[in-house]
Amino acid sequence: MDRLLFLFATGLARGAVFALFALSLVLIWRAARMINFAQGAMALVATYVAFAATAATGSYWIGLAIGILAGAATGWGAERGVMRFVPHGRPLTGVIVAIGLVMVLQAVLGFLFGPQFRPMRTPFDDSPITVGGIPLLSPYDLFVLITALVIMAGLALLFTRTSLGLQLRAAAFAPEVSRILGVRVSRMVTIGWVLSSAVAALAAMLLVPTELGLNPHATDMLFVYAFAVAVVGGLDSPAGALLGGLTVGVAMTLVTGYLGATAAPIGVLVLLVVVLLIKPGGIFSMKEVRGA
Amino acid sequence: MSMNPRTHSAARTIAIGAALTVLAIGGTFLLDPYWNFQLATIAATLCAAAGLTILLGHSGQLSLGHAALMAAGGYGYALTVNALTDAGIVGLPRFLIGLIAAIALAGALGWLLGLAAARLRGPYLAGVTLALVIAVPAVATVFSGVLRGDQGLQIAFEPVPEFLSTLIAVEQWQAWVAIAVAGVVITWLVILTRGRLGLRMRAVRDDEIAARLGGVHAGRTKVAAFVVSAVSAGAGGAVLCFVTQSVSPGAYTLAFSLLLVVAVVLGGLGRIGGAVIGSVLIVMLPWLIGAAVGAFSLPAEVQQRLAGNLPLLVFGALLVIVMLVIPAGLAGILPRRAPRIRAAQADASESTTPRHITER
Repeated sequence: MDRLLFLFATGLARGAVFALFALSLVLIWRAARMINFAQGAMALVATYVAFAATAATGSYWIGLAIGILAGAATGWGAERGVMRFVPHGRPLTGVIVAIGLVMVLQAVLGFLFGPQFRPMRTPFDDSPITVGGIPLLSPYDLFVLITALVIMAGLALLFTRTSLGLQLRAAAFAPEVSRILGVRVSRMVTIGWVLSSAVAALAAMLLVPTELGLNPHATDMLFVYAFAVAVVGGLDSPAGALLGGLTVGVAMTLVTGYLGATAAPIGVLVLLVVVLLIKPGGIFSMKEVRGA
Repeated sequence: MSMNPRTHSAARTIAIGAALTVLAIGGTFLLDPYWNFQLATIAATLCAAAGLTILLGHSGQLSLGHAALMAAGGYGYALTVNALTDAGIVGLPRFLIGLIAAIALAGALGWLLGLAAARLRGPYLAGVTLALVIAVPAVATVFSGVLRGDQGLQIAFEPVPEFLSTLIAVEQWQAWVAIAVAGVVITWLVILTRGRLGLRMRAVRDDEIAARLGGVHAGRTKVAAFVVSAVSAGAGGAVLCFVTQSVSPGAYTLAFSLLLVVAVVLGGLGRIGGAVIGSVLIVMLPWLIGAAVGAFSLPAEVQQRLAGNLPLLVFGALLVIVMLVIPAGLAGILPRRAPRIRAAQADASESTTPRHITER
């Protein structure tokens, strides 16, 4: 029972990171109607930048801030440099181009930093706090959980309460009409990418210290998890991404905890197939997913 | 008196396929054992790439997990061959039964994927196949009692048959077998795509609703495309296992799976000739780059990192450039023969190269 509670609590923290990363996929999906398969590799570039910045300055927080900026810059570069040239209405072309981008980024990282795992430090202790004799979350998990929830709340406010958010949504849903009304649609798409990859970078930086360490393939699995989350939650729904993220996080932590870490990729595959076969639009999406 | 056009066309394809296979087998006499081994690897890769190019080019479905289907073929072959060796069966029967088992296992996995594919739209399917190939090492570890985890399975050495043993080395014999299997697989794929199934796949790819109205069962067509593609990949996995005498998860990584996509895209979607160009490229280019890097006197670590990552960089950049600039691929640059039967109708949608890949 103690173990179940512990796994559940840890799962929530991991789930919050998955949710955050999945939310970044949702952001791009809403802005450009594209699933960005390069999101993991792009976030990894930012994580390496953060790692280098932390090593140079000695401060985790400066590294984190620079990493988020690097994430935003990567998003800008990927959109302006590559993804904007993908023709509309050809999602598979987008997927293949993104795969090419993944290979390029991983090759560059592999060349610069080598294949070894580099441990990343955490700003807080990562051994669990005991509550009433039961080990629960670590301070770091708590930090992760709160950060993820705050960022998600901030994004929700941005999209629902600000003029920029309104323009972003308008540009995504009715580009032609928005353009006539004076919204700079192409700029909005770029802003969507920048926001999205900054969020993805943050998620990767929060997750990597709890895993094996930094390596050119450190976010492969994160992308698969987040893809599963986006599918479970429905690609169109930020609330779905949160619920889906927590669900997948807890489910995968339970699988890892009881069956071993090797079973996790099988668990996520089974989950994906079951959800897609039963409810292809996602469990938490109420409306039918709009066509691309 | 005259033959049915379809039968005639199939007979022609078989004749051409047989001629090219014999030609390639003859070509092995020009190569030393090392290059015959490479040739066998190319032939095994070609089986999978040809299957993938049909799936992506003709039926518009993207699989990022074809390495997993090859792995299914490899494991199917190794398990069967080991069981047959224990039962005292050797030689050609052992190889053929192993090959059939490999095809059956990969085909079954492809059928399951196809069932999922029939209900999914493009990017979702790509995600599921990605999750599949990432799960390969996990499957090998969880079922390590049978699959032996990361270490994988070894199979008995298959010597050159006695009547040839004075004539050719074992690598050349392996190349012969690999080329023969690839020849059969590709001839079969060409016949299928020129026939009814190919027509249905392209109809569903271009406009699923119109295809349904025309009486094409879209779901069944997608499943069939996946099974055909998986069978080809399974045959490739079996051949690779035959050539290397082992199968392990390390050989079927995500990176290898993405390389198959690279092979298909670089060569030109939906073109068998493109799959040939692509397979040669993905086997040869890393070797060439390794040799080129070795020619410079660089520190050992830099050299190692360059040799390991430069091919990936080149392939990734080529993938982006080809996809955005010349979607018809390298084979599309060469002039090509107008399709025999439909030359009169200059309709691009009838051609085997997709104008676009739709997600429908």
